Amino acid sequence: MKTFAQLKKNLKKDVSQLASIKVAVLGDTATQFMVQALKAEGIGNNINLKIWEADFSQIERQVLDPSSELYEYSPEFVLIFRSSHKLLLRYNKLDLSSQPKLADIELALIDDLVANIHKNISAKVIYFNYTEIDDSVFGNYASKTESSFLFQIRKLNYKLMRFASQNTNIDLVDLSSIQNAIGKLKFTQASIYINSEMIISFEALPLVAQRTVDLITAQNGKIKKCIILDLDNTIWGGIIGDDGIEKIQVGSLGIGKAFSEFQYWVKKLKNRGIIVCICSKNTESVAKEPFEKHPDMVLRLDDISVFMANWENKADNISHIQSILNIGYDSMVFLDDNPFERNMVRENIPNITVPELPEDPANYLEYLYGLNLFETISVSKEDLERTKLYQTEAARVQMQSSFTNEDDFLKTLEMKSTIQAFNDFNTPRISQLSQRSNQFNLRTIRYKESDIKRMAKSDKYFTFSFTLDDRFGENGLICVIILEKLDEITLFIDTWFMSCRVLKRGMEYFVLNYLASFAKEKGFTVLKGEYLPTPKNELVKNHYIDLGFEAKDSYFYTDVSNYQIKANHIKKKD
Amino acid sequence: MTMDRNEILKQLNKIFIDVLDDEEIVISESTSANDVEEWDSLNHIMLVVEIENHFGIKFKSNAILSWKNVGEMMDTILEN
Repeated sequence: MKTFAQLKKNLKKDVSQLASIKVAVLGDTATQFMVQALKAEGIGNNINLKIWEADFSQIERQVLDPSSELYEYSPEFVLIFRSSHKLLLRYNKLDLSSQPKLADIELALIDDLVANIHKNISAKVIYFNYTEIDDSVFGNYASKTESSFLFQIRKLNYKLMRFASQNTNIDLVDLSSIQNAIGKLKFTQASIYINSEMIISFEALPLVAQRTVDLITAQNGKIKKCIILDLDNTIWGGIIGDDGIEKIQVGSLGIGKAFSEFQYWVKKLKNRGIIVCICSKNTESVAKEPFEKHPDMVLRLDDISVFMANWENKADNISHIQSILNIGYDSMVFLDDNPFERNMVRENIPNITVPELPEDPANYLEYLYGLNLFETISVSKEDLERTKLYQTEAARVQMQSSFTNEDDFLKTLEMKSTIQAFNDFNTPRISQLSQRSNQFNLRTIRYKESDIKRMAKSDKYFTFSFTLDDRFGENGLICVIILEKLDEITLFIDTWFMSCRVLKRGMEYFVLNYLASFAKEKGFTVLKGEYLPTPKNELVKNHYIDLGFEAKDSYFYTDVSNYQIKANHIKKKD
Repeated sequence: MTMDRNEILKQLNKIFIDVLDDEEIVISESTSANDVEEWDSLNHIMLVVEIENHFGIKFKSNAILSWKNVGEMMDTILEN
């Protein structure tokens, strides 16, 4: 970490080419140096933070007055720093009966500030939580005394988290964690505070600026999505090729604990949506063995999206990983214990993040915690599912690249499809797809849930839903067919839509084979199809012709009594 | 502190140049904040911390705003 003096040198750089972001800073103590640190840190991250700084202790006035300079400036971010020191002063003045209400009083005020800002401008509020001060009035007993300042400050921080978790207009910078990491005596220098109202010491400022700018850049989409790991002496101790699976250090052997804890950290990242890849100079089968067989390994093969173990250079392997995942290098982090490899990757892949791992593996985790690499602004269920999609897609692409023949590739996918009529369980998904499906949709008739239920019960219709799973994972329900009985011999394909996720997999052949045999079994002889063009479904213009239907009077017909089965590699799952 | 006043002044001058970001600054024992344009109350705080770090000392709170010139600042440094 740079010192404040070193960081400040950034302020001399030319910022005219940098993207700029308008930020307002409001504090109840002196914030001038913080503003300098933020600007300098921003420039270090290629962002020109244009900061308007409110006069000392003007938070309420600026926020509550709709014609204030704050609103005139119209920033994208409003940074509010209300210090624990001033909070303590307010607490000191409360009568005894009000002391247990301090946290609630403060939170009501914060709520009010955030609501007012939101009412006036569409800026996001960045709020610093409270660094702990123990005034030692109650000793250890403070922890069980609601009226103690320590109790109230912790309660306030907790309530602030609850508040922020339910309010999209506010994000928190965890100032308290920063003080915990560097120590209270270093975070605030008492003599400087007393003389200048400056709470955050020069020593702490670069760290505070880093955490704050991390949050701002994450809002602007600069986030890490992928972590690429070396193996030997990075995720386990020793060299698998030399030491063998019995002697690598992970779990209880040697300093294995350091590596196990590191692996748990990676696993947690993976569980929250970060893609994990391996890039190692090793023979693939040897490198994979611990993942498959070592009892103490935390990471397993199914945690890894792309596993590159070979003797090629690492920069080439990483660019191969990039081509599979199709994400920017600036969203990737590469961890390797070997300084040579780190430099090689750094020199060849400019935007990738390559931390200087400490020499002692015992220090890996604390060092990585300090870097705060995985800032994010939201974690949704979708993120977690997206990871799984990346994983399966990565596996497919990787596999496909080893086949020159598409058909050979499809053969190895071991695709299986479950076919079901509409029922209570699949109705919501079917109706959702019916509303959304645009490209592979022959007639684009939208059905609501009530329509779906009605047709499921009607004698006039036959309904079908298809899933598609393969050896890499599940795609879920991806195709829907509704057949309407026109007369004794004809079935009309009222609805045929499919998810584009499964294009080029032979799904349409599998579906038609099934429909033909179904029709035959029920005594029908003709399938009749129709294509209704929309601005978005050009993709399936020739769908029925390609499937061997004959065009007549703007409809398409096929005779199922002498139907030729279309070759594909999908099996029906019972 | 075993350094003589000249040596301390030389080292202080270098800190002033770094912190105030001005290569031209030359200070003497009689130099005061009025004589150096960039030496405002804000930069004074940064000077104090850099001087503390450099000499490995901590000034008392009541000393920080008490010096009338560089010479008095040096007196305090020598007391530590």
